[in-house]
Amino acid sequence: MDAYVGIDLGSTTTKAVFLDEHEKLLGFGITNSRSDYDIACQIAREEAEINSRFAILRRELRSQVAGDGHEQLIAWLFQKYRLAQHSRQLEALAQACRKAVDLLPNAAHRPPTHAVLDQILTEMEREAVGLFTPGAVARSDFFRDVAASSFLHLAEKKAGDDAKLLDRLIGTYDKSILQVEAKSYTNAFADYIRFAADAVRRMPEFEAHGEAITRAVANTIAIEFRVLNTIGTGYGRQRLPFPKEQIRSEILCHGLGAHFMFPKTRTVLDIGGQDTKAIQVDENGIVTNFQMNDRCAAGCGRYLGYIADEMNVGLHELGPLAMKSRKQVKINSTCTVFAGAELRERLALGERREDMLAGLHRAIILRAMSLLARSGGVVSEFTFTGGVAKNQAATDALRKLIAENYGEMTINISPDSIFTGAIGAALFAKRDRKGDLIGVDLKALQKPVKPTAQEQR
Amino acid sequence: MLLQKKMIAGHFDRLANTAKTGEKAVYTFVPGNLNELIWAFDLLPVHPEINALQSAMRKQSGDYVLEAEKAGHSEDVCTYVKSDIGMMRKGNIGPTGQRLPEPSLLLLSYTGCFTFMKWFELLKQEYNCPVVMLHVPYQADGRITPEMRKYVVKQLKEVVIPKLEEISGKKYDEDKLRAMLASSARSEDDLVAVWDAAKQKPSPIDAYFGGVYYIGPIFTAFRGTKECESYYRTLRAEVEQRAKQGLGPVTPDGKVHQEKYRLVVEGPPNWTSFREFWEMFYAEGAVCVSSTYTRVGGLYEQGFRHDPEHPLESLADYCMGCYTNRNLPSRVDLIAKQIEDFQADGFVVNSIKSCNSFSAGQLLMMKEIEKRTGRAGGFIESDLVDPRYFSAANIKNRLESYFQMLEARS
Repeated sequence: MDAYVGIDLGSTTTKAVFLDEHEKLLGFGITNSRSDYDIACQIAREEAEINSRFAILRRELRSQVAGDGHEQLIAWLFQKYRLAQHSRQLEALAQACRKAVDLLPNAAHRPPTHAVLDQILTEMEREAVGLFTPGAVARSDFFRDVAASSFLHLAEKKAGDDAKLLDRLIGTYDKSILQVEAKSYTNAFADYIRFAADAVRRMPEFEAHGEAITRAVANTIAIEFRVLNTIGTGYGRQRLPFPKEQIRSEILCHGLGAHFMFPKTRTVLDIGGQDTKAIQVDENGIVTNFQMNDRCAAGCGRYLGYIADEMNVGLHELGPLAMKSRKQVKINSTCTVFAGAELRERLALGERREDMLAGLHRAIILRAMSLLARSGGVVSEFTFTGGVAKNQAATDALRKLIAENYGEMTINISPDSIFTGAIGAALFAKRDRKGDLIGVDLKALQKPVKPTAQEQR
Repeated sequence: MLLQKKMIAGHFDRLANTAKTGEKAVYTFVPGNLNELIWAFDLLPVHPEINALQSAMRKQSGDYVLEAEKAGHSEDVCTYVKSDIGMMRKGNIGPTGQRLPEPSLLLLSYTGCFTFMKWFELLKQEYNCPVVMLHVPYQADGRITPEMRKYVVKQLKEVVIPKLEEISGKKYDEDKLRAMLASSARSEDDLVAVWDAAKQKPSPIDAYFGGVYYIGPIFTAFRGTKECESYYRTLRAEVEQRAKQGLGPVTPDGKVHQEKYRLVVEGPPNWTSFREFWEMFYAEGAVCVSSTYTRVGGLYEQGFRHDPEHPLESLADYCMGCYTNRNLPSRVDLIAKQIEDFQADGFVVNSIKSCNSFSAGQLLMMKEIEKRTGRAGGFIESDLVDPRYFSAANIKNRLESYFQMLEARS
């Protein structure tokens, strides 16, 4: 199957999208950005491929299983697949941890640490089975977060009052997770899906579908993706291992991606981890004007991250907490660190956390409003993208301010908005090849890399 | 380039030797400067903002800015001023490492930038020397009226010339002034020919980054001198030769291989990271075919020339006509015309953080120009000579996005 790939290497997460030749979305992939951009990029891409395969698998099962039965089936297959992948990573983590303990400088510390470590790892394995069931609330999509939360919790429990042992365990984990993250454990679709199929076939409720599962899985494995072109974008795009012609600014990609999701889009607001972009696009999704925050990232996603840390709550809890506010407290948005200080002071004065958080969300949106005005205002339809678009307190503040300043209009927020940039990139990948939008010289792209001195000889 | 370097070095040498030669220095600003008149009294012009930008290109301005801040000047003050004040407080060693003479006179011949006024107030406190202020009426209605001209000429006659006579101990010699103005006009003709060469595709010059070198002699101490005339004759011949051969501009990394985007630029360049900034353009095949910054010291392509027949009137027109004395609609007209005349694909505004006078209104201008020309504008922000305010990654990101936007729209 021919595919076009878009990769958006953001400061927090790396996203990838597969698109078919008719510009239909095949699948999405996401991973946490890490120090090794190549790996982040590779994993996001592989995740997108897996996601594409699951879409195919769903179609296969739908044609073979009567009624809605295939939905339950695919949900279980997916969770078991994740479990297989998670277990492989756990295995790698266990190996890395054991090696790290072997290298503890004081030999006397090794045996007791090994003993506790083995208990922790065994329990993590057991826990994992419960984590991957349909309907279970995922702590995070990323192995790093899931593993850290289990490991730290268990380490604290097992170490008890022995603070030095706890230190050693945490040190071991920190070293080891970096090694796990430096490798991809994603690229083994056939292995994982076979494991998942075996597990699901054994479940009494799916006994009748054994053959359908086998057939659908075999068909899905057999499909080969032929990637015809890849375009990279995002904050880290310069570090992507692509030639310059395959790199596109995230502003263009967000504009085109937003147009793809909501074709009547004329204004796009993207609030990402470290920048905010106000973009105006024409009827084809081509950018006509844009403004970005300059030299200060107050008012971006990281502002919320910082505040979450200051208040000792999870990033995802901020929005829901702010929604519980009864009055709005004004918080400055000119500087993240000052806002943090202001927050502490107001907490000390007895303001409610929820009210202050509502003020903070409004502060972020006020910054965005200024950028929007500078880029040419807000024209219907208006599409809001980026990680912050997932935060309901932020979107509520935005809706209110847009209505006050520009009147009522259609505001689009897609649950998949985090993929907007990657979708735009994938569209460029496809259109560049056809020369619809940008005349990239394909021959130049395919030019072989200069032979090395050795090869020349 | 070599000729220009020699000229500038020679001038700084001369300034450094005033203690021995007894020559006197007059500090004045580039826009609306009265160089010929100063030279006519055998006085030496010094342009503080040129010292600031030269210090920035030699990576010295950062320390000067900090020094001025130590002395109590706020972070928001124009960084040209702070670099100058800092340089003075560190011994007034100029960009070439030689000591600059103290001013015998501060001649303020232009006030469209109100910072200039404050700047000289500060210098007056430091040097305790006389100040002459020529009040140049702002072109609020976008034109120069006969009354405005008369008003400036009257001040030249009654205030500026008597003061220059007093400082120099010499009588005003109008013939000497006329001769210099005639020489200025010849250099001005050649400069316009250089700008016009950029109308050709590909442009043989970069009229912004290269352009700041081309305006060096005429906007600083040399207008009206023989050296200046010969510099522009040589430059014009070189540029016309390049045009004839169909060559593109020369950059620090060699030739531009393909002129992908033709741009007009509004606003001064960043001086502390000048080369890095330039590279962001030429590496993407962007060539600046015209700019407003290269017109701050005179809008010669609109027909103005220093006129030996009407010496004081033409000096008055010169002061009133400089780019920074124009209102927003005239600035919009000028940029829109440059875009058309030079067949530009778009325009970029480099908005200066610490310049309150000229950054105000730039977004409004941008929208108006876009509407009028249908060409897309790009907006970046940096600063003149404070190295802390050049955020390379951010500017590069915006420029790349802008270039790709031009490409997608074409």
